[in-house]
Amino acid sequence: MTDVAAAPQIVVENLGKRFGRFVAVDGVSFRVGRGEIMGFLGPNGAGKSTIIRILCGLLRPSAGRALVAGVDVTKDPERVRERIGYMSQKFSLYRDLSVEENLKFFGGIYRVPRAELAERMRFAIDMAGLGGREKALVSTLAGGWQQRLALGCAVLHRPPILFLDEPTSGVEPTSRRRFWDLIHTLAADGVTVLVSTHYMDEAEYCHRAALINQGRLVAIGSPDELKRTALGGELLLLECANLGPTLAALQQAPGVLDCSVFGNALHVLVADADNALRELPAFLERQGLFPSRLERIRPSLEDVFVRLIAVDTARRRAAA
Amino acid sequence: MNARTSIIEASGLIKRFDAVAAVDGLSFTVERGEIFGLVGPDGAGKTATMRMLAGVMRPDQGRIVIDGVDVVADAEEGKQHISYMPQRFGLYEDLTVDENIRFYADLFEVPAQAREERAARLLAASGMTQFRARLAGQLSGGMKQKLGLTCALVHTPQILLLDEPTTGVDPVSRRDFWRILYGLRDEGVTIVISTAYLDEAERCNRLALLDRGRVLYCDTPMALKARMPGALLVITSPAGRKVRDTIAGLSGVSNVILVGDGVHAVVDDAGLRIVELREALRRAAVAVVDIVVGEPSIEDVFVALTQGEATAS
Repeated sequence: MTDVAAAPQIVVENLGKRFGRFVAVDGVSFRVGRGEIMGFLGPNGAGKSTIIRILCGLLRPSAGRALVAGVDVTKDPERVRERIGYMSQKFSLYRDLSVEENLKFFGGIYRVPRAELAERMRFAIDMAGLGGREKALVSTLAGGWQQRLALGCAVLHRPPILFLDEPTSGVEPTSRRRFWDLIHTLAADGVTVLVSTHYMDEAEYCHRAALINQGRLVAIGSPDELKRTALGGELLLLECANLGPTLAALQQAPGVLDCSVFGNALHVLVADADNALRELPAFLERQGLFPSRLERIRPSLEDVFVRLIAVDTARRRAAA
Repeated sequence: MNARTSIIEASGLIKRFDAVAAVDGLSFTVERGEIFGLVGPDGAGKTATMRMLAGVMRPDQGRIVIDGVDVVADAEEGKQHISYMPQRFGLYEDLTVDENIRFYADLFEVPAQAREERAARLLAASGMTQFRARLAGQLSGGMKQKLGLTCALVHTPQILLLDEPTTGVDPVSRRDFWRILYGLRDEGVTIVISTAYLDEAERCNRLALLDRGRVLYCDTPMALKARMPGALLVITSPAGRKVRDTIAGLSGVSNVILVGDGVHAVVDDAGLRIVELREALRRAAVAVVDIVVGEPSIEDVFVALTQGEATAS
C-alpha cells in the first residue's frame, strides 16, 4: 500500500503556531507517505485548519518545520502551492459556467501548460463521469457530479498532494462511494491525500487518521488500530426498558469507565468486557433493573474520537 | 415507553417547486415521545417536509394532523405546541448568549423565573454556562447550534422540529446535542430531526429514509438493518485494491468498496461466500488479515435499497 518511511510526502516536525498569546498548534509531528490517504480529525478550533494553512504555504509557522513534496513551506511557499490541489466542501465551482469552462478556468489558475490542457481536461471529464455533459451548466448538475467535477479541477495540474475539506458532506451515498473510489484510485497512482473532516464515516475511508485536540496530536493510526487500541477499554451495548435509571446506576458500577445513551440503548465503556458481562447483570438486578440485551460491540471511530477528546481535555484541565 | 399513540400524521404530502417535486407523496406517522428521524441526502426533501410540519409552508397536496389539529387548514393552531429550529436559526450575533435566550423567552411569553431555571439547566447540559456573557457571533459553529436549541426550548414545546441541527458540528458537540435531546425525550417531548448524515440516523428511535421526495422505508434503525439483503463482510487487508479486484464480479458478491483498512462487500450468503472468498484470495496470493461479518450501517442499507433505481447522479 504505502511506505511512510521510504517516501514521506508530508513531513511535519514539532510544528507550532501562536496568534498573540493563543497557542493554536503546539508541537505537532507526523508524516504522510506517498499514496497514503490521511484523515485529519478534531473538534472546531482544534488547530486543523491552521495546520492545513501552514502546509499550503499560506501561514508561517512560529516553530518547527513542514515539508510538502520535499519543499520547505517557509522557504518556498510558492513552489508548495504548485504541488498541491485543494477541494473544499463548497466545491468553489462557477455555477453559471459549463463543465468545460470551469475546467479551462481552473487550468489557467493552476497554470497547466497549454499543450497539456486538452488531455488533462479529458482526464478530468472521464474521471468525473461527465462525458457528454461538457457543455452543461454546473448549476444543472446533481451534487455528486459537481463534487467529482470539483475534484477534477483540483487535480488538473497533477498535484502530488491533495487536500480535501469535508469533501462528501451531504452527498447522496452512491455518489459518495464513487467519489471515494476515485480518491483511492488517485492514491494508488501515488497521490498523497489529506482529508479534514468532522464525519467519522469519511475517516473510515482513510488509511490512517490523526486526531488533533487543542493544538496537539492526540492519536494517530489506521481506523482499525484506533478502534482496537485507542479507547482504553471495551465497549458494550445494553438494551433495557428504563434507560434513565439504568444509566444512573451504571455510572456508579465497578469497572464502568463511561456510559451514554445511544438511540434505544446504552453504550457502556468498561475496563474488561468479560468481567463486565459476568458481573453487570447481577449488579443491575440488585437495583431492580433488568437489561434485555447486553453484548460486546465493536466501537465506532466516533466512540474512539469522543472518548480520546474527553480524556485529553480532562488531563489538561488537571495539569493546568 | 408508554403505549404508542401518534402525535403527527402526515399523509400524501406533495410540494412542487416549478416543475420539480421536492416532496412527492410522503406519508409517515410520529409517535408521542419518540425521536423520529427524517434521513436522506441533500435534495431528498427533508427541509421542505420540516417546513410543512412547522406550518411555515403549505403543501400542494396532502394532510398534516398534529395532535388532532389539521395544520394545513389551521396553521396557527398547530404552531401552539411546536418549536421549530430551522437550519439557520435566527440568533442575534451582536447580543450575548443570555440576551438571546431572554429575547426568545419574551417572544414565547415565558415567565421570568421559569426562564432562568430552564436556561440554566440547558446551558449546563450543553457545557455553555461559562459563555453566558459571550456575544453569539463569537461562538463556534457547534456552540451556536446549542444556543439555537436552548432558545428554541426556553418554552416547553410538546413537539420539537430540528432541521439538520448538527451540520458542520464536531462529534463532541454532536454528542452533547444528542444528550440534550435524550433528556427532552425523557420529559415527554416528541422530536422530529432531519439529517443528511446517515450515521446519525442510528440515534433515532425510528426513522424515515428519504430519497427524492419519497419515503423508502420507515422503521427502527435495528429493524432497518435487518432488512439489509444479504450480509456485510469486512475484509481487513493491507492490499485493499487487490482484494477488490479479485472479488468484484464473483457470484453472490456486490457493492465492493475500498475503505482505509481493506474492503467492504455485500454477499448473499455469508457462510458460503466467506469460504469462497478466502479460497479466491488465497489462489490470487492476496494477503488478508481477516474476513468477518460486520454490522451494516444505515448507509449500507440505503445503498442496497436504492440500488437499480439509482441512475447516474
